[in-house]
Amino acid sequence: MSHHQLDARRLLCPMPVIRTQNKVNELKPGDVLEVICTDPGALNDIPAWCRINGHKVLETKKKNNEVIVVIQVNHS
Amino acid sequence: MAKAVSLISGGLDSLLATRVVMDQGVHVEGINFFTGFCVEGHTHAIRKRHEDRPKRNNALWVAETLGIKLHIIDIVDEYKNILLNPKHGYGANMNPCLDCKIFMVHKAQEWIEKNGFDFIITGEVVGQRPMSQRKDTMPVVARESGAADRLLRPLCAKNLPATLAEREGWIKREAMHDFSGRNRKPQMALAAHYGFVDYASPAGGCCFLTDENYSKKLVDLWQARGKRDYEMDDIMLLKVGRHIRPRPHFKLIVGREEGENNFLQGYAKIYTSLKTTSHPGPLVLLDGVANDDDLLLAARITARFSQGKSAEKVIVETRRDNGEEKILEVAPLPPSELKEEWHV
Repeated sequence: MSHHQLDARRLLCPMPVIRTQNKVNELKPGDVLEVICTDPGALNDIPAWCRINGHKVLETKKKNNEVIVVIQVNHS
Repeated sequence: MAKAVSLISGGLDSLLATRVVMDQGVHVEGINFFTGFCVEGHTHAIRKRHEDRPKRNNALWVAETLGIKLHIIDIVDEYKNILLNPKHGYGANMNPCLDCKIFMVHKAQEWIEKNGFDFIITGEVVGQRPMSQRKDTMPVVARESGAADRLLRPLCAKNLPATLAEREGWIKREAMHDFSGRNRKPQMALAAHYGFVDYASPAGGCCFLTDENYSKKLVDLWQARGKRDYEMDDIMLLKVGRHIRPRPHFKLIVGREEGENNFLQGYAKIYTSLKTTSHPGPLVLLDGVANDDDLLLAARITARFSQGKSAEKVIVETRRDNGEEKILEVAPLPPSELKEEWHV
């Protein structure tokens, strides 16, 4: 299990989701991915994408003008 | 079990078309293409005054509502050729709807070949759109995309020749629909039947290229640069702010409120930027090439849109795209000198 970070700042919907999707496809089950975004919509979209695809959202938070979503990969 | 992929735009028609086929026991997954010109609820939500609108991606919402997987595919680069050289031309604005539909169905055809799926679903309805959803152009989509009879349009299948899915018995033709024309009542009735209530507005449109103002800004960009081309940042910035072109070789993008200023801030180190410091005001990006005289005019326009617009002097902090910073003290441009034709 390893920890990864994805910089999705300045990207507008749905690019943060697409980048997350593509990065998750490279990772192994159990890996943790921290996605940093500036589009406030990512706070809803990335968790929605995780629910659809069976990945676990460990944490969501807002910090200044950034949104951070932490995901645990689950390729079922 | 037969397997189908459904083109999910996030609107009502693709939601219904997918559900109709799922009811036939077919395994369905969704595919959503991102062209860069897609309209999304929270693209607008950059603007603070739209904070009350639901911040959701409608394609994801549709997939979650249906309980299906959704594959979102970035086709921004490939889409350039569709927009710049549409074989079938443009609609009322810069919308190459027929070429766009052909391209997306073609990409879906490639996807089903790669992933071992049997057919493709779209939410198209005969006669609903003036360009891509006419009785004479719908066969063109099937033929030129390469999908041929692997393309099923469940909402109007009864009005069209039987496709492979019907002939193979993967779905029953009698369970399909015979919708036609621009009347939305049949779709709304079917949505009510399924209990779908919170779907995206049918009149909302899904592509900025059908928007007259957006199309004008895109054409202006091409004219100013002397070539029909664009990068992702260009088409994103066309969605945000007030665009003013006081001289042919540069334009200004003026944030209209806090949300837009925050968004534009992300570009402030890539573009030349201007900001009033003596008075509250917008963040302004300068796209193009500007000499000192141009920068002075840009600063006066920036001051014009600040709360110091009536002041004698306003201090404007400028930062060129090469990092060079300069503080200018300027008189705000009077309204009479801010020409109407400068507004893109």
